[in-house]
Amino acid sequence: MITVQHLTKRYGTHMAIEDVSFDVKQGEILGFLGPNGAGKTTTMRIITCFMPPSGGTVHVAGFDCLEHPQEVKQRIGYLPESPPLYQELTVTEYLRFVGQLKRLPPSRVPGRMAHVIEQLGLGSVRHRVIGHLSKGFRQRVGLAQALIHDPPVLILDEPTIGLDPKQIIEIRDVIRGLAGTHTVILSTHILSEATAICDRVVIIDRGHIVAEDTPAQLSSRLRQSEKISLTVKHPSDNWRERLSTIPGVLQVIQGATAETSIIEYELGQDLREDIAQFVVNQGVGLLELKPLSLSLEDVFLQLTQQDENPAHVSNTAPSSHPSSPVENQA
Amino acid sequence: MTPVNTLIAKELRCFVVSPVFYVVGAVFLFISGFLAHLMVVNAGQQAIRFLQMQNTYAHLNLNELVFRPIFHSLGIILIFLLPMLTMRLFAEERKLHTMELLLTSPIGINEIISAKFMSVLLMYLGLLGFTGLTPFVLSFYSTFNIDPILTGYLGLALQGAFFLSCGVLASTLTENQIVAAFLSFGIIIVFWLMGGLGSMLGDTTLGTVMSYLSFVEHFDRLVRGLLEVKDIVYYLSGTVLMLFIAHRVVDSHRWQ
Repeated sequence: MITVQHLTKRYGTHMAIEDVSFDVKQGEILGFLGPNGAGKTTTMRIITCFMPPSGGTVHVAGFDCLEHPQEVKQRIGYLPESPPLYQELTVTEYLRFVGQLKRLPPSRVPGRMAHVIEQLGLGSVRHRVIGHLSKGFRQRVGLAQALIHDPPVLILDEPTIGLDPKQIIEIRDVIRGLAGTHTVILSTHILSEATAICDRVVIIDRGHIVAEDTPAQLSSRLRQSEKISLTVKHPSDNWRERLSTIPGVLQVIQGATAETSIIEYELGQDLREDIAQFVVNQGVGLLELKPLSLSLEDVFLQLTQQDENPAHVSNTAPSSHPSSPVENQA
Repeated sequence: MTPVNTLIAKELRCFVVSPVFYVVGAVFLFISGFLAHLMVVNAGQQAIRFLQMQNTYAHLNLNELVFRPIFHSLGIILIFLLPMLTMRLFAEERKLHTMELLLTSPIGINEIISAKFMSVLLMYLGLLGFTGLTPFVLSFYSTFNIDPILTGYLGLALQGAFFLSCGVLASTLTENQIVAAFLSFGIIIVFWLMGGLGSMLGDTTLGTVMSYLSFVEHFDRLVRGLLEVKDIVYYLSGTVLMLFIAHRVVDSHRWQ
């Protein structure tokens, strides 16, 4: 549905993105991940024909962005970083305006308006002036604007930014609901969001793509050992040395507190039972035993912190914070 | 509704709810009404003086005594008022990031610019239409030649269109509305002063060029009732040129 080939954008001497290539299949939700200033917005602006690239090509539904911009624009719904809202219009006036601007046939305008208002829960504010709405509602009106002409392709630049946890979950449900019928590119720097909604993730850093895969495969690909977090009530003096005598254990390091240890063992083994047995036999008071999976945060940090060789993964400790859908908002 | 009409309708809607438009409109209509009053009173006094001196009714030329001064004054007042109407057009779109919506919609930059220009031109022509009350009312009490009034209104319309195009250009250059207003004010003043410089230089080549580039001479001819193609061409080409530069400016934003 979307084909991006060797895309390059220069601002003066600064390279915003360089030789970026990826494909998005029909009905897929692609997460576009990267730290601030990595080139996410630039790439999205080129795909939406907002700005021309310095080099490379973009095809949306078979149309080239430079040669047939109107065809491309008509097929894309775009939510920029800050939703493009006219403060003095009411929600319905605004949506009607955008629908007509996007060449939605007049007979379909009322139906589509009713549909997106329902879909995004805007019924209670439909006659209110946008300037008086809260941030959460504005963001939803922004998303409604992108959806109003029922475009096959959606480009959403940080759609959940600035929303409260409940709103984030609602917006994510809406986006998830578009999968299959719509092709979505979604940018975010919130990794748990990508894990929660995206079929596939492209990680971009300093203008280059450093990884591209499903969230699950990315974390398993980069994992080199299994890790377990163990918390006991009364750890003895040489507790960690004693733990490392369990057959199969590679390394034991201290966790977040003195009572917590991170036990690392070889990939493919399952030592949980042995460890539990050992701890019980020692009588130190087992409080918690849980496996640690490499979260997308770790993958992301590993990939974006390496200067020279992004494919090589060093042995960094995994975080012990499992990702919840909303925790990384702060 | 085509996207251009949609955009025009939306702009008109924004003008109708904008306090700036009402202030500008009120000031413009007050000044034009007040000027008309002054000129008519002045004409009346002249008539009385004439009657006392000659003991006969004079045939007063209302075109010369009333309409020409009004048109001249309004032509100048536009320099100060019209930038207020255009300042918002693009500066606000950039400030609110709605330019991104327009530029990613299936509508060309030329269509965006013509829609914005058409909407503000319509609002201005609407205001100008109200000043037609003066000749309308006076036509019941006096007789005067209608042709110079029609060319005068044509002059005001063309002059307004040119000023508005300068304002549209200024508005594309900044996202600050105040800066946009002063910028368009500055551009128009330069064209105004060129006229003074041109007449100072007199019949030299530079003087002639300066006079031609300024709107002063062209407007003067139209107000005096002279309908010449070169004056109309001047205004139309000036307007198109300003809108064309505005187009280039908007296009260049996409590259930054």
